[in-house]
Amino acid sequence: MKTVFDRTKALTPAAMHYCPGCTHGIVHRLVGEVLEELDILDKSTMVAPVGCSTFIYDYIDCDAQQAAHGRAPAVATGIKRVHPDSVVFTYQGDGDLASIGTAEIVHAAMRGEKITVIFVNNAIYGMTGGQMAPTTLEGQKASTAPLGRDKFQHGLPIRMSEMLATLDSATFIERVSVHDPAHIRKAKSAIKKAFKNQITGVGFSMVEVLSTCPTNWKMTPIESLGWLKDNMIPYYPLGNIRSPKEVE
Amino acid sequence: MARDLMKGNEAIGAAAIKAGCRYFFGYPITPQSELPEYMSRELPKVGGVFLQAESEVAAINMVYGAAGAGARVMTSSSSPGISLKMEGISYIAGAELPCLIVNIVRGGPGLGGIQPAQSDYFQATKGGGHGDYRLIVLAPNSIQEMCDLVMDGFDIADQYRNPVMILGDGILGQMMEAVELKKPKKRELPPKDWATTGIKDKYGKKRLISSLFIQPEDLEKHNLKLQMKYEKIKKNETKFESVYADDADIVLTAYGTTSRIVSNAIKALKKEGIKAGMIRPITLWPFPYEAYEKAADSAKAFLTVEMSLGQMIEDVKLGVNGKKPVHFYGRTGGMLPDQTEIVEKVKKILGGEI
Repeated sequence: MKTVFDRTKALTPAAMHYCPGCTHGIVHRLVGEVLEELDILDKSTMVAPVGCSTFIYDYIDCDAQQAAHGRAPAVATGIKRVHPDSVVFTYQGDGDLASIGTAEIVHAAMRGEKITVIFVNNAIYGMTGGQMAPTTLEGQKASTAPLGRDKFQHGLPIRMSEMLATLDSATFIERVSVHDPAHIRKAKSAIKKAFKNQITGVGFSMVEVLSTCPTNWKMTPIESLGWLKDNMIPYYPLGNIRSPKEVE
Repeated sequence: MARDLMKGNEAIGAAAIKAGCRYFFGYPITPQSELPEYMSRELPKVGGVFLQAESEVAAINMVYGAAGAGARVMTSSSSPGISLKMEGISYIAGAELPCLIVNIVRGGPGLGGIQPAQSDYFQATKGGGHGDYRLIVLAPNSIQEMCDLVMDGFDIADQYRNPVMILGDGILGQMMEAVELKKPKKRELPPKDWATTGIKDKYGKKRLISSLFIQPEDLEKHNLKLQMKYEKIKKNETKFESVYADDADIVLTAYGTTSRIVSNAIKALKKEGIKAGMIRPITLWPFPYEAYEKAADSAKAFLTVEMSLGQMIEDVKLGVNGKKPVHFYGRTGGMLPDQTEIVEKVKKILGGEI
């Protein structure tokens, strides 16, 4: 029988612990497929964050370091400076990257560290149980914002990609979504560019992936995909925000 | 071999490079900034990397990454900066990564001051960061010894896969002395086959650097394994210097710079016919408790001298174990213990006045 689709060899056979409908699984697969297609699985080290995707090291079959909350870009800097010819990437959620780790991501981007950052933004804290994130939308309910995010009390959500794009050394920044197959394909293309940039030594690359959290959004998986499309994309517009000439 | 006149902070850098350290991640803070400055000049000359991080927090996490990737790596700071590094130090200890951390201590708490102190003793030896972990803490009392301990410290870190701290103070960092960079005693160092190089090991297995053990059974097992390692370190690495302590009526104890002041006080007391000795811990963890157990049989009393207000005295008391009184004299905030005050204190103790 002809095989038309198979799990990328970059993913281990381990069953993922993610909740039903969570899009981390899709993003993991995209990263895995890119590692396999670029043939860099055996020269890559990933840096796992704190949060739901901490256990990415159980699912992607390459060397890994688990970092303290928000510190993944600093840990990745240490690894990349020691092994400049290897491929180093971080995989971070929005609590990790946009809240506790803002200093680390800003300065890794400012230094133009030749690393790839996969930033998964689902507008909430997942693992700790649905608390408000800096990316939580105005009016969106969270366990620490039971009446919804209030702009007068909490301010308005942070757009990390646009903020980092103000840095001259942040060479590649793109925001994508995984709410339907067409956008998943675009997401993969952006992730591939972000890794290619590292291989060719272009510089710092980040892909922000809009993602769902049905459990903490208190929605079904299908409702979540719709909510992402209708609410997140208008505030977090998709597309390339910065691109180096070399990969154009 | 020729001896060079070097400032303490720079001598640490020279010793580290000689010991094969090629990566330094740091952040400026007085009174240790000459060390990162030295490394920024010297490391590129030997193909190494100096990187000034955005914060001490980032610097220690860069050390985590580099150490996990198999490099001989160090960072340095002074007290408030070391407080910031404590999160990373706990992760480094948990993930069993070898590295060298230098603390050129200044007065605290808070922003405190910039003059020398020893008030980070608790933080260095009793945790500082969270969890059941131990830092190996080396406390030199001269620039020469600081160089020796830096060089041996890297090997100790590699031998046990454990972070090592050099606990100096503002005086050791700032003063100049003649030093000779001597190779430490040879240790059998295990290969770093656990390091994440990106390339899988010879069996095709990926490697993982982590301090996360989500199942309680696994975390307990990990902690018990760490404890076994710490027991081995206690047995093999405890180091102290004993100065006339065997037949002294009073045994003083001090580490680092303070031990030099105490040393002079002992000489002055000897001239007056008073039998005073000193135990100088060189490793603050593991602490040389046995030295005090022995001395407690012969000495009448103990006096702990610190540039802090009674931190090491707790370990001295554990060593003496209630057999004899343990007295205290200390200065703090950047003020130095005074030789004549130490002499007076000893006379009062032996005269039964206190």
